Amino acid sequence: MPQVFSSRFTLVLRVASIFTLGVLIAAIIVYRVNARGDAPQDDPIDQPIPFSHKHHVRDDGIDCRYCHTSVETSSFAGIPPLATCMTCHSILFNDAPMLAPLREAFAGGKPLEWNRVHDLPDFVYFNHGIHIAKGVGCTTCHGQIDQMPLTRRVASLYMQWCLDCHRNPERALRPRDQVFSVDWQPPPDQLVRGAALRREYGLRSTRELTDCSTCHR
Amino acid sequence: MPRFGAGYNRRDFMKLMGASLALAGTAGCSHGPLDKLVPYRNGPAEQTYGKPVFYASALPRDGYGVGVLVETNMGRPTKIEGNPQHPASLGATDVFLQASVLELWDPDRSQTVRRGKSIATWNDFLGTLQSPLADLAARGGAGLRILTETITSPSLAAQIHSLLERYPAAKWHQWQPINHDNLHAGATLAYGEPLDTIYRFDRARVVVAFDGDFLDDAPGFVRYALDFSTTREAHAAPERRSRLYALECTPTLTGAAADHRWPLRASDMIVALRELAAALGATTADSATTSAIPAQWMPSLVADLQANASASIVTAGRRQPPEVHALVHVLNAHLRNVGNTVLHIPPVVAQPKDQQASLRSLVDDMRQGHVQIIVIVGANPVYTAPVDLEFARALEQVPLKVHSGLYVDETALRCDWHVPAAHPLESFGDLRAFDGTLALAQPGIAPLYDGKSAHEIVATLAGDAASGNRELVEAYWRSAHATDFASFHETSLREGVIRESAPASVTPQLRREAVERAVSSHNAQSDAAAAADDIELVFVPDARTGDGRHANNAWLQELPKPLTQLTWDNAALLSPALAKRLGIASEDVIEIGTGDERLDVAAWIVPGIPDRSVTLALGYGRTAAGRIGNGRGVDAYRIRASDAPWIRNGITIARTGRTYALACAQTHHSIDGRDIVRTYTVSEAQACKPDVCGTPRYRDERTLYETPPMGPYAWAMSVDLSSCIGCGACTIACQAENNIPTVGADEVRNGREMHWIRVDRYYEGVVDDPRTLFQPVPCMQCEHAPCEVVCPVEASVHDAQGINVQVYNRCVGTRFCSNNCPYKVRRFNFLRYVDDVPGLDAQRNPEVTVRMRGVMEKCNYCLQRIQNAKIGADIEGRRVRDGEVVTACQAVCPTRAIVFGDLNDPQSAVNRRKNSPLDYALLAELNTRPRTTYLGRVTNPSPMLASFEASRHAPEPPPAGAVDTRPPSNR
Repeated sequence: MPQVFSSRFTLVLRVASIFTLGVLIAAIIVYRVNARGDAPQDDPIDQPIPFSHKHHVRDDGIDCRYCHTSVETSSFAGIPPLATCMTCHSILFNDAPMLAPLREAFAGGKPLEWNRVHDLPDFVYFNHGIHIAKGVGCTTCHGQIDQMPLTRRVASLYMQWCLDCHRNPERALRPRDQVFSVDWQPPPDQLVRGAALRREYGLRSTRELTDCSTCHR
Repeated sequence: MPRFGAGYNRRDFMKLMGASLALAGTAGCSHGPLDKLVPYRNGPAEQTYGKPVFYASALPRDGYGVGVLVETNMGRPTKIEGNPQHPASLGATDVFLQASVLELWDPDRSQTVRRGKSIATWNDFLGTLQSPLADLAARGGAGLRILTETITSPSLAAQIHSLLERYPAAKWHQWQPINHDNLHAGATLAYGEPLDTIYRFDRARVVVAFDGDFLDDAPGFVRYALDFSTTREAHAAPERRSRLYALECTPTLTGAAADHRWPLRASDMIVALRELAAALGATTADSATTSAIPAQWMPSLVADLQANASASIVTAGRRQPPEVHALVHVLNAHLRNVGNTVLHIPPVVAQPKDQQASLRSLVDDMRQGHVQIIVIVGANPVYTAPVDLEFARALEQVPLKVHSGLYVDETALRCDWHVPAAHPLESFGDLRAFDGTLALAQPGIAPLYDGKSAHEIVATLAGDAASGNRELVEAYWRSAHATDFASFHETSLREGVIRESAPASVTPQLRREAVERAVSSHNAQSDAAAAADDIELVFVPDARTGDGRHANNAWLQELPKPLTQLTWDNAALLSPALAKRLGIASEDVIEIGTGDERLDVAAWIVPGIPDRSVTLALGYGRTAAGRIGNGRGVDAYRIRASDAPWIRNGITIARTGRTYALACAQTHHSIDGRDIVRTYTVSEAQACKPDVCGTPRYRDERTLYETPPMGPYAWAMSVDLSSCIGCGACTIACQAENNIPTVGADEVRNGREMHWIRVDRYYEGVVDDPRTLFQPVPCMQCEHAPCEVVCPVEASVHDAQGINVQVYNRCVGTRFCSNNCPYKVRRFNFLRYVDDVPGLDAQRNPEVTVRMRGVMEKCNYCLQRIQNAKIGADIEGRRVRDGEVVTACQAVCPTRAIVFGDLNDPQSAVNRRKNSPLDYALLAELNTRPRTTYLGRVTNPSPMLASFEASRHAPEPPPAGAVDTRPPSNR
């Protein structure tokens, strides 16, 4: 029986198949890497009100805990209730069009919906309180929040990133009075100081800090 | 059930797979939608973001209140814990209270006012009611009937009474199929008034239970179980240790806990009681001719009761006729128990009345056209009323029928109007406990479907449609505490119990002669019924669906019933002897009943039932329960008549030749002489040394396993099998806490139930009346865990606190670990069991991952509770205290059989338990070094009955054939 297709055509067919397969595999990899309902890293996220941490933290000097009230005690740092915003904004900028959604929500209209910038997978249980108690500062994970007109995520939030610190917490530990500081920079002898702080704070062993059950349950 | 089976074929599969592959590429181009964060307007003062808030409240159980703490996460009630300050709870709860959160979020609940079959509004309803109410007022209320269930709420009762004052000709009826008619009638017979009886099991040295159910069915049984266990635990002080004699028909938890159990037909209980009364000299009646109590028992019973006068208890179950309860009162008085271990209090229910008579008079009036308006609040009489009353037909005679309930149930479908009821977790209220203690109830959430509480329905009838649930309850208490209302209300709500509200006990005058007269005339009737070939049918409330109200609760349906281990269905329970005589095997469908009232039901052979007795549970065969409960099991109410609501004599049984596949969670029943559950008598236990009482915890120090890492904490658990009564509350508490899915009857039959802690039930001894042993089995947290070494992806690993953790995000579902687990505690998501019905997700515990298909899961000692306690302690810079971490199973346990703690703390409660010589590890010969160990079961048999019992319960050699009640499908 004669060949139906020429050898040349067969070759083209093979190359095309391999190429298609390659494209598919690449597409799946791209999907796997990006398929998370989370904001992209380093891109400022649009919000219903262009809330500026730069303005509130850097210019006004408001402490993180004024709004994120439960950061020291709870897993969740807390999103301020609208009443917190209105303590100032019932007087300041109280007719700014930018703040219209806030006023509407506070008056009982459409609720304000912030877009979530930091979102961990559901099988990860992060706790703000313990990190603050053990001397990990806000900017260690959230970056220079005081220079963000619109908040963006600066950390990958991958498990590798978490483990980097859980294996070597000395790099991040700060004196207690510097935890909420946005100006703290690691001193040159941070590793020495960090090791001393690690003892002082009574951090768990690296083995415990890297146990699966520390973050997953 | 999300099964990939029917409805899909190969072509559909290829299409779906092709489409998803193609879309996978395009999905990579964009991000998923961002999660939203919606802030509060004004944050609630008591709420800390990310932390649960507990509200003290009270939930009804058969109308009686049990104090609870409702855990809410961001406003969603997710879990129920007991209220340690409430006398009916003392921190523990039962299966029904645990399951009430699922009921709250049940998407099948009634969600709207209905007029006939169409949707209506509350205002429509009020409009319809206007002119009939005006007519009523003109007639003084003639023709208005209110039908409720048992009510203990003083505020609701006051409202109903004031309504009846406004409409003097109106009537209030009460009906609950599992009622206290017999108890109240018995007390009336003995004391002239329907007094309630409460028991102090913690003070009792000898307990005799006749068809008794004080550990699983009586009001206040959660408290009774704890009191009882203080006299039973493995290391109970000798002077407190009690002895329980149980004569019972249907095997119950009470009988399983007994030191001496004797199977006796429910009809014959009165004979046994008379014999005992005569032997004790409590009555002058001649001793009966037949002997219901075994001859060997009587000297021991009499000696024990006489030696422990004023420290004994005689009880009888609610199935027994009033004469039995009256005679029990005589016996307790004779033994000087009244005032010591047996206390009488004024009736707890708002208006004690014979509920069956109440329902009968209602039906008579409906038939004769005397009823113009009937308002049914909560009850479901179309389903539960005695069959001979023909309630549904009588109901048709009523021009205006209104029903209020949680579900559009059988009764709602036959009413003109249906108003959704507010769930107890959505409403304010007040409830009395079994001992009369009052508690205020408060909601954990606003009504999901704008349901109306009973208070609001009654107020509407009284012409006040404006007041809400809260105002109505508060108005009552404001009038009772005019001067100090604010502080009273705040304190009572916060503590979950009203201080010093328990009534004082009374010492009533016993009417001995009246009781004796009634008993001897009753005996003449029962002698007639006790013909040699008579077979009795005993109705019991189902241990999981109750009277049927919980039929739509999947947690309860799938929770194996104690003793039978059946799930999802009821069955006719009969003894091996009767089954053999009639040629019936388990799962054969039999026709059962008398005359025209007959029913086809699957048979299930249960050892320990007396010959010539069949037990059938109520609460199944619902037609309008919801998607879960509809069509499950058979409706025993169809053969339950008003003249024999509990025990029907003279039934016949016929084989139909068909079989029905029941879903049983345990397929092996005999302990076969193994030491899986170790039992000791008190004297054996006292002589017990670690090297005497079997294998030590660690058989051999040599091992091929890696030494497990050791951190500052070493968590461990101890289960006291002497305390455990096998109620199954731990299983359902674990289910609520750990987001464990249900799988359905078919999957249970495949052995795929997901419970992280199961309660195994074993039989030991003779087939007709074996001893029953219970053993809760969670993950053993082996130090040398066989599951870990076989996992190819390290999803099963040890952490430094000794927990064998399962890492869901690593698991690829090889199931090697489950295969290698000698305790079979690992559970695999064979299918997508997690229900994605909208609404149900609101119940889930946000602290626990929801597992997907293809993932292995198992008990992890409530890791979320451990981690949160550790984080809290670390923030405060201290160690976790002993008792600070309480696992869900430990918290719920009515008998405190489970203790959890840190082995590294030498003073911890768990170490004290483990230092006991009775401590043993399950399958210790495998040298897995489990962190979960057991205390052997210590019983306190009468020395006078030693040889009698030895002849019946010889542990060696194992009984031939044991008790093979396995259905053919499972053999």
